[in-house]
Amino acid sequence: MIRYAIRRLLISIPVLIVGTLAVYLMVALSGDPLGELRSQPGVTEETIQNAAASLGLDKPVLVRYWDWLMGFFQGDWGFSVALGQARADVFTVVTDAFWTTFRLVLGAEILAIVLGMAIGVLAAVRQYSIFDYIATSAAFLMFSMPIFCVAIVLKTYGIQFNNFLVDIGLDRWLTTAGPPEGGFSGSLGEIIARYTGTFILPTLSIMLISFAAYSRFQRSSMLETLNSDYVRTARAKGLSSSRVIFRHAYRNALIPVTTLFALNFGSIFAGAIVTETVFGWKGMGDLLVRSVRQYDPDMLMGWLMIVAVLVVVFNLIADLVYGFLDPRIRIG
Amino acid sequence: MADLPTPPRSDVAAATTGAGGDPSQHQEFDTVKARTQAQTVLRRFLRHRLAMISASVLLLIVLVAVFLPLFWPHQYGNTDAAGYLPPGTDHPLGTDQLGRDMVAQLLRGTQLSLLIAFVVAIGATAIGVTLGALAGYLKGFTDGLVMRLADLMLIIPQIAVAAILVKSAQGSWWVVAVVLAVFFWMQIARITRGETLSLSEREFIEAARASGATTSRVIFRHLVPNMIGSITVNATLVIAQAVLVEAALSFLGLGVQAPDTSLGLIINETYAQLSTRPWLFFAPFVTIVLISLTINFIGDGLRDAFDPRQTKVRA
Repeated sequence: MIRYAIRRLLISIPVLIVGTLAVYLMVALSGDPLGELRSQPGVTEETIQNAAASLGLDKPVLVRYWDWLMGFFQGDWGFSVALGQARADVFTVVTDAFWTTFRLVLGAEILAIVLGMAIGVLAAVRQYSIFDYIATSAAFLMFSMPIFCVAIVLKTYGIQFNNFLVDIGLDRWLTTAGPPEGGFSGSLGEIIARYTGTFILPTLSIMLISFAAYSRFQRSSMLETLNSDYVRTARAKGLSSSRVIFRHAYRNALIPVTTLFALNFGSIFAGAIVTETVFGWKGMGDLLVRSVRQYDPDMLMGWLMIVAVLVVVFNLIADLVYGFLDPRIRIG
Repeated sequence: MADLPTPPRSDVAAATTGAGGDPSQHQEFDTVKARTQAQTVLRRFLRHRLAMISASVLLLIVLVAVFLPLFWPHQYGNTDAAGYLPPGTDHPLGTDQLGRDMVAQLLRGTQLSLLIAFVVAIGATAIGVTLGALAGYLKGFTDGLVMRLADLMLIIPQIAVAAILVKSAQGSWWVVAVVLAVFFWMQIARITRGETLSLSEREFIEAARASGATTSRVIFRHLVPNMIGSITVNATLVIAQAVLVEAALSFLGLGVQAPDTSLGLIINETYAQLSTRPWLFFAPFVTIVLISLTINFIGDGLRDAFDPRQTKVRA
């Protein structure tokens, strides 16, 4: 299994290199980060030349990519070439953005999977009951909803709820513009109020969509195990139905969902972008859009490395976990 | 994924008993006719009540989006009226900030969103089926290459590509469609590859190869017809996803660009008015949800219709 994991990771290295090269060329050739400077009146050719030289923009694109790649192998993530934040250290910016998004996504995903699994199992055990119909309709509806619309609706009514709180003489509770700079402070009660107020709306909007997929998935995998021969045997032996459901069926029905969770986790970092935009979080989504708009390939490389490594590693984990949980699947 | 209101039924009975035990179906006991696979699938689909309702709703949306603009008094993108007119007889959904008639905007947005979604589904399915079948049939080097290409597409951020191409192409709808198609084929390729791997071991493929069939003939005449079920179901699901992703891209300003419009772009332009003029936001929002919901239900019905081992359990 370790050999398999190592081989998989080694195979993904050339894929990663080709991916970074393609994205670097695309972003670098799509526009000029100094374009804004050039269009300003009264800027001499010399100023531009100096700016270009200090950012390394005077070199050909392929040389710039090569420099970035070699630097990266030595642990140097490089610096931004965009004007506003020129020479900002990529590693610091990207890790900051990563933690912002991570805090948001982790909570939302855990809530989504716990809720989705509970509802999926219940819907499967009581198949075609009213509960099943309601859960299925809700899941289909959430499934078909654009996440940004959910976020917009939550944000707008959140603001109205805040106004209502102010009207009855309380403080605003919900925050719709990202977490405060420099963390939370004040008494314990204040910290809890601010923390929940900051997280609740974006968490809800990510959670609602993910939860729909998990509950559908859990329901169908639970149905499959409930109808399998060994569950019928367990029932025929006279075991209590809760024991059959939890000890025999549920454990095996968990396998596909675990895999889905691992597979999803990497891509969710890229997917939180819309929620972050609506709620004004300065996370990975914001960073991606900003680096593309500013023609900043070096910053984008930092983003790409983190997301790509997450995708690769979590895909590998999904496969390994699958092989571990279900011994019939041989890995190698 | 299972469906909503259809009661349990088994495949053996599917030819004789209608869903819900409709008594008028019992006469089929008298005659036994051979049916082609397509006929069987069509019959099962027509009996899937929710899928049929969804198909009718979707057809209605398509017809309205295609034909109503021909008779509608206002043109999309036309800024003749005053801004933010409330809904009235002349403008049933009012006008937006620039004085564009919302119904006309909505019709054009629906047209483009549907058009993009269908083109994406066709394009992604064509790429995915071809590459997946090649990988599964030829194995070896081709297989490795296709699968690495799929891995590559998974790590390249779609938004970066969309932003760059759409900006340089001034947001014409087909660029958005191409960008999406290029990012949507991997799932279909995986499924096609898997099915091809198991089908290639079967005797009829060996027979075809022994009688001198070329690779393309084996793939398109022998393999693809045998996987048409999962291909169709997945193509349907791609349409539903593409509607949502196109809306998200346009909402971020990286999809269709003004003066043309799509449902996501309309939401981008009107969502700030949600608390004061909610109809401006809810009209495109409900349209997106309706389209994607009906397509999901149709996909579900198709899955049930194509599954020959249809039992109580549907994965």
